[in-house]
Amino acid sequence: MDKYRVLIIDDEVDFVETIVKRLRDRGLEAEGALSGPEGLKILDERDFDVIILDVKMPKMSGIETLREIKKKKPLVEVIMLTGHGSVESGIQGLQLGAFNYVMKPVPLNELLKQMNQAYERKLIEEDRIQR
Amino acid sequence: MSLRHYDRLALKMIVMTLSFSLIPLFALGTTIYWQFTSAYESKVTESVRTLVQNRRASVELFFDERIAQLNTVAQTHQIEKLTDEIFLKKIFDTLQARSKSFIDIGVIDSQGNHLAYVGPHYDKLKSVNYSQEEWFQAVLTTGVYISDVFMGFRRAPHFIIAVTVLEGNQIYILRATINSAIIQDIVRAAQLGKRGDAFIVNRENILQTQPRFAGEILGYPDSPDFSASIGSSVDFIRFKNEENIYATSQIKDPKWVLVIKEDVQEGMAPLFKARFIENLIIGFGVLVVVAGTIITTRSLTRRLEQMELEKAKSEDLVVQSSKMAALGKMAAGIAHEINNPLQIIGDQAGWMKDLLESEEIKNSENLQEFEQCIKKIERQVNRSREITHRLLRFGRRMETTQDSVDVNNLIAETITFLENEAHYRDITVEAKYDLSLPEITTDSNQLQQVFLNIIDNAIDAVGQSGKILIRTALISNSSKEIVVTIEDNGPGMPKEVLSRVFDPFFTTKRPDEGTGLGLSISYSIIEKLRGKISVQSEEGKGTVFTITLPIK
Repeated sequence: MDKYRVLIIDDEVDFVETIVKRLRDRGLEAEGALSGPEGLKILDERDFDVIILDVKMPKMSGIETLREIKKKKPLVEVIMLTGHGSVESGIQGLQLGAFNYVMKPVPLNELLKQMNQAYERKLIEEDRIQR
Repeated sequence: MSLRHYDRLALKMIVMTLSFSLIPLFALGTTIYWQFTSAYESKVTESVRTLVQNRRASVELFFDERIAQLNTVAQTHQIEKLTDEIFLKKIFDTLQARSKSFIDIGVIDSQGNHLAYVGPHYDKLKSVNYSQEEWFQAVLTTGVYISDVFMGFRRAPHFIIAVTVLEGNQIYILRATINSAIIQDIVRAAQLGKRGDAFIVNRENILQTQPRFAGEILGYPDSPDFSASIGSSVDFIRFKNEENIYATSQIKDPKWVLVIKEDVQEGMAPLFKARFIENLIIGFGVLVVVAGTIITTRSLTRRLEQMELEKAKSEDLVVQSSKMAALGKMAAGIAHEINNPLQIIGDQAGWMKDLLESEEIKNSENLQEFEQCIKKIERQVNRSREITHRLLRFGRRMETTQDSVDVNNLIAETITFLENEAHYRDITVEAKYDLSLPEITTDSNQLQQVFLNIIDNAIDAVGQSGKILIRTALISNSSKEIVVTIEDNGPGMPKEVLSRVFDPFFTTKRPDEGTGLGLSISYSIIEKLRGKISVQSEEGKGTVFTITLPIK
């Protein structure tokens, strides 16, 4: 698998720090942000292939953040991450163009599986657009 | 409310109703009883009084007539004529022509010598001197004399009537003997009924007539002593353990007392009969009132009891579903809060695992220990995750999907999921399908989860070697319904477990075996699908879950 770029946006600092380290350990270019605005700011500076986005965050919710992300970078694939089991927010995320949603706690290998699929779709999408 | 409470209530109602209805009934009955008794008693008393006075009048009339006859004879004939026995015989025959009351007649001078005699005892009596006889002295002083009954020379009960005849300076006595049987006949005519009696006693309480029953003429009567009675009276008297009505009336001359005795039982027979009928009617009334009261009270308390039970049941249902709703919200909240820390714990363990891959640590002698620790943390995080995810599933109010479902197929498919487990534990899972079941529109996934939960529970309940029987049936009550029963021959459940079986987090399994959510989830699913789920269980026999699903 290519060394694709991942941005993790979650208000849980412990989660963000660890997952960034682990993803980097697996050879991915990983970056973390602790809020929606911070994530959007990073996204302004750099491009990412896949974004892991927590649904429930203070100030700016995951859904709002997703809207903004899709405005800025429509091609980036977003995986919604939630501790909240509501299908509604998941479905809402999907309607707004998220690739999928996973429920916390999720083991890293499962998350990686989703991320890989998301990255593959992004490649296919980019390929389609370029043609 | 307990059954005993209803018994007490029923008893109270019965006692109250009975007292309200029986007290007036008894009051009425008693009043009628006493009124009737006193009325009848006075009627009987009056009739006996009339009778005794009649008889007395008859006896007095008899005496008056005899005295009058003798007086007439004495005053209309010269003493010479009367001492002529042939003439006296003629007079005697004339007297006897009207009534055979005289036995004999005689004329006695003032010295007591029998001057003339006509009668059957001529030889014996002609030469008798009466001067020493008690009656002889009495008649000389009073002018008219009626003796008590006595045996006298004749050795037969009789009495005499004597009148004095004054001619010149000489006093003679005209004496007649009267057959006391005649008085007896007059008196006996007053007898009442089978056990009644009538007799006369003199002032010494000696019988002047032969009573019908106990007592002999010239002996003492077998009755209270009425010899001193004056005038007329009627009394109820208990004598020798026998109650009788005694009517007495004094005869003016001689001063005898006529006694009429009537058996109370006989005299009052119509009253007793009436009392018996009244008692019978009251008894029957009481019976009807009691039976009616008991029947109506019973049916009333039954209704109350049933209503209370139904109310309790519906309250149970309300409580159960509100418990579910509250718990669902709480569960979702808890799950959400716990999922974040769980994620972090899991990731930290994962990161440690990643680090263990590095060269330096690989050589550490405790590497295996670290690895095991991390594995255990990961396993426990997974376990917690299972629980929180299940809680979230339980808590969320998802829109149910609507599929056309063949319940028989769904059950058959569910059984295949569990076949291995059942086979491994030597448990037979048998299904008896009602092939006439129509397809129903419902959420097949959720319904399958319910079947899965219950059959899985049944397998756990049976444990090892047993049987699970699943049946489907179509029933038509007010509406058509599908009934699915899942029956196991496991150990069953005690009451306290049975009552909590649908409560969330209630489990009898070990903590790592069950969360206590399976049945409460099933309960809320079936409720959402507008069905019903219930359970019966008997310790030592097994458990039956019954699921009812609406067809439309």
